[in-house]
Amino acid sequence: MSPESAMLLAIIIPLVGAVGIAVAARWHVNLREAVTLLTAAALALTVWSLVPDLMEGARPFRHLTEIVPGIEIALQAEPLGMLFAALASLLWIINSIYSIGYMRGNREPNQTRFYIFFAIAIAATMGIAFSANLLTLFLFYELLTLSTYPLVAHKGDEKSMRAARVYLGILLTTSIGLLLPAVIWTYVVAGSGEFTPGGILAGKISGPAVGLLLGLFVFGAGKAAMMPLHKWLPAAMVAPTPVSALLHAVAVVKAGVFTITKIIVYIFGIDFLFAEPSSSWLLYAAAFTIIAASVVALRQQNIKRMLAYSTIAQLSYIVMASAILKPLAEIGAAIHMVSHALGKITLFFAAGAIYTAAKKTEIHQLRGIGRRMPWTTAAFTIGALSMIGVPPTGGFVSKWYILGGAIQADNYVALATIILSTALNAAYFLPIVYLAWFAQEENSDKLTHGEAPLPMVLALTITAALTVGFFFFNNPVLELEAQLVRGLT
Amino acid sequence: MTDWGPHLPALQVILPMLAAPLIIALQRHRLAWVAATITSFCSFAIAVALTRGVLDGQQYGYLMGSWPAPYGIELQVDAFSAIMLLIITSASSLALLGARDSLDVDIENHRQPLFYSAWLLVLAGLCGMTVAADAFNIFVFMEISSLASYILISGGSDRRALPAVFNYLIMGTLGATFYLIGIGLIYLMTGTLNLADMEQRIHEVSDLKPILVAAGFITIGLALKAAVFPLHGWLPGAYTFAPHAVTVFLAACSTKVALYLLLRFDFFVFQPNLSGHDIQFTYFLMPLAVLAIIIGSLVALFEQNLKRLLAYSSIAQIGYILLGASLVSSAGLTASIVHFFNHALAKGALFLAISCLAIRCGGTLINDINGAARTMPWTFSALVVGGLSLIGMPGTAGFISKWYLISAALEHGGIGIALTAVILVSSLMAVVYIWRIVEAAYFREREIATAAPQEAPLLLLSVTWTAALLNIYFGLMPELPVTLSMSASELLLEHMP
Repeated sequence: MSPESAMLLAIIIPLVGAVGIAVAARWHVNLREAVTLLTAAALALTVWSLVPDLMEGARPFRHLTEIVPGIEIALQAEPLGMLFAALASLLWIINSIYSIGYMRGNREPNQTRFYIFFAIAIAATMGIAFSANLLTLFLFYELLTLSTYPLVAHKGDEKSMRAARVYLGILLTTSIGLLLPAVIWTYVVAGSGEFTPGGILAGKISGPAVGLLLGLFVFGAGKAAMMPLHKWLPAAMVAPTPVSALLHAVAVVKAGVFTITKIIVYIFGIDFLFAEPSSSWLLYAAAFTIIAASVVALRQQNIKRMLAYSTIAQLSYIVMASAILKPLAEIGAAIHMVSHALGKITLFFAAGAIYTAAKKTEIHQLRGIGRRMPWTTAAFTIGALSMIGVPPTGGFVSKWYILGGAIQADNYVALATIILSTALNAAYFLPIVYLAWFAQEENSDKLTHGEAPLPMVLALTITAALTVGFFFFNNPVLELEAQLVRGLT
Repeated sequence: MTDWGPHLPALQVILPMLAAPLIIALQRHRLAWVAATITSFCSFAIAVALTRGVLDGQQYGYLMGSWPAPYGIELQVDAFSAIMLLIITSASSLALLGARDSLDVDIENHRQPLFYSAWLLVLAGLCGMTVAADAFNIFVFMEISSLASYILISGGSDRRALPAVFNYLIMGTLGATFYLIGIGLIYLMTGTLNLADMEQRIHEVSDLKPILVAAGFITIGLALKAAVFPLHGWLPGAYTFAPHAVTVFLAACSTKVALYLLLRFDFFVFQPNLSGHDIQFTYFLMPLAVLAIIIGSLVALFEQNLKRLLAYSSIAQIGYILLGASLVSSAGLTASIVHFFNHALAKGALFLAISCLAIRCGGTLINDINGAARTMPWTFSALVVGGLSLIGMPGTAGFISKWYLISAALEHGGIGIALTAVILVSSLMAVVYIWRIVEAAYFREREIATAAPQEAPLLLLSVTWTAALLNIYFGLMPELPVTLSMSASELLLEHMP
């Protein structure tokens, strides 16, 4: 299989899988789940088969169609997108295992619809990761929004309908109102929207217009949940936990920060932006979001809402890292996508497991739960440590690189933000860890539950192991992402 | 074998016109339907053949009875008329094909042959307006199509159609009369009715009062027919209460033919000759276009009847078409003409889906479709595709028009940015009014008293899906409409001084 067709297959496989799921559901639910897992495995194999070529510096390109003369829909693999696709396809397998446990354990309705739209969302994610130009990216970005809407609205009651409306409203308003004009503007001034190493805008646009265009892109990618466009993320917490995992770790928010990073690196070019003072606001906006979201997270009582605000802060880490505009920081941005995804999916899996087994959703209810659910609590602890950035977890690696970039750029705002937010992260995660392990359980004689169903525990153990593993075995990822900034100082 | 090629422009009109009276003779309703559908598809085939000819660079000018222009009747087909003919004949064919199931509910069997005959007259009239090269024959065809379309709209069993059609009749007649007064004045001053000839001769008398008055009458008359805001009053009622199949046909093409004529007159006849006409055009039409976009979308937000909701959305979409034209640039006109095509696709698919659900859900109010998507998944997924195209989601035909329109607006500096904002805001309003439908159909609970609706009849459903898939096809491979629109906009601008 040539790398060119592998990219196309990566989009087609989940779509075929979606049809397969719909058909299989008429026979038996077990068959339906088998189709999901098989599709996920086939996708991961296909995507990962591209990695060796990319490591050797290949950039496979595939033209699909031309929608306006000179403006095409095309796919191209490059280090950043490769990383995103590899990550999402891997996590889809684990998330599917978890979903089976969760959806059955909680007797959720409309499970077939859930698996179908999940698969379509993954197809859209692959399209985003492998898009060769802005238009293709925009196409799949919108498809991702639309295909995740039924997932957020899953329960169908008034509360989730409202949340889904907020979700769709903010994401579509920003993408149609800000991202689309930015895309068309880029095509008009640069004559193309091709993702090109070093950027395409240098010399085509200058002065305050650069800052404005950057703003349209950054806020247009509303999935990155930069303040003040973050409200959809906490609202979407009403959805089932596997959907939260999809939103927070596998696809949606990652698609947002991926879009921003990719545009900074391949459309603006980091050297061009670094020399352009009107773009410096982005760093401050991201720093503000990090601190503000962490402070809000500190005050949350609901586990999933706290995790949502933690995600908002962590996303802005990635945006801030790209906005430092130095090679080490860009690498840091890329690998923080990985380490945050692994850590956050572990945390959500743990929160979902606790809900399924114990029906507990609030932080203060977690007293002493570590003794009943040791695997889950251990995984939660590892995820929390990774969020803080304590070794030996993945979070430490990416923070190391972001700090390195900040020092490279003599950027003290970024340095101070990272230090302060580390303290804040510790302040809201460590008390929970303490509570869960060491506090005395309330009404322990009435409780009989143990761990959550096996698929869930299996999934969260794997992701926790990956979080730790990423600390030790990150070399291939670093090598791949170093290509992103090759030739830059 | 006779070469039919040169006669195609005449056949385009004559075929449906001759078939219309023959169909009455058929008596049996199913037979009449078959005959009308076949005739319509033959018209479509002629339009396709003409389009291929135009794309190959062929010129189609046809002298009826070989009388030379400007004395005889001349028919003409260029890129602009070709795309128009494609829209008209394909809308008619798809609507007729789907009409079998929906019209059986609306119209008694013994009246159906008469109805199909009127349908073909509308088709002949619209095609005639498109290919006629002289102002008076345009009027004649306009009357043919209008009178026949009054019959179509009031032909259903819904009595509320009668006041609606009366309203349409008064407004339509006013429009036609204004148009007639306009060309009368021009004839008085120039002594010609042939458009090409008029363009030459009007030069000598340009800027005289009668010509200015004529321009005013013609513009307003055609704007009435095209439901340009604020002359749109007749449209929502007519679309809402017409039989569903008729709405599919008329919504896809009838107002567009009037817009087509408006552009032809403005760019071919008036623009080169009246001083400052382009400025008036911009200053007069652009604000109206913006108002149409905003107000049409705004009203659609609060409508409870799906057909009326889509009718108001049509008023907004007519605004898009005018907006592109009012930029008086190659990019703007291309955007405008591409939108002729793409809007017909989107609205056609949507109204076809509406006729599916109207048969099964017992009404077109938004409450009638609560929870219906569960048992009619195919109908509603087609509706979603049409809706996304109307919103302008990438991957659908609507996105292509939006892309061209925004690129064209951005060429105009400050005002362009304001126009872009208008376009984007109204796209967002489209998201809201389409999503109201989606939410009702997919997520609300059906009232317990009513039985769950079945999936629509297979034929109608497959026609609906054909239209939906065309939206996706032309969203990904828009070469045909874009090429035609580009050469059409070149044609229009060639006549500019």
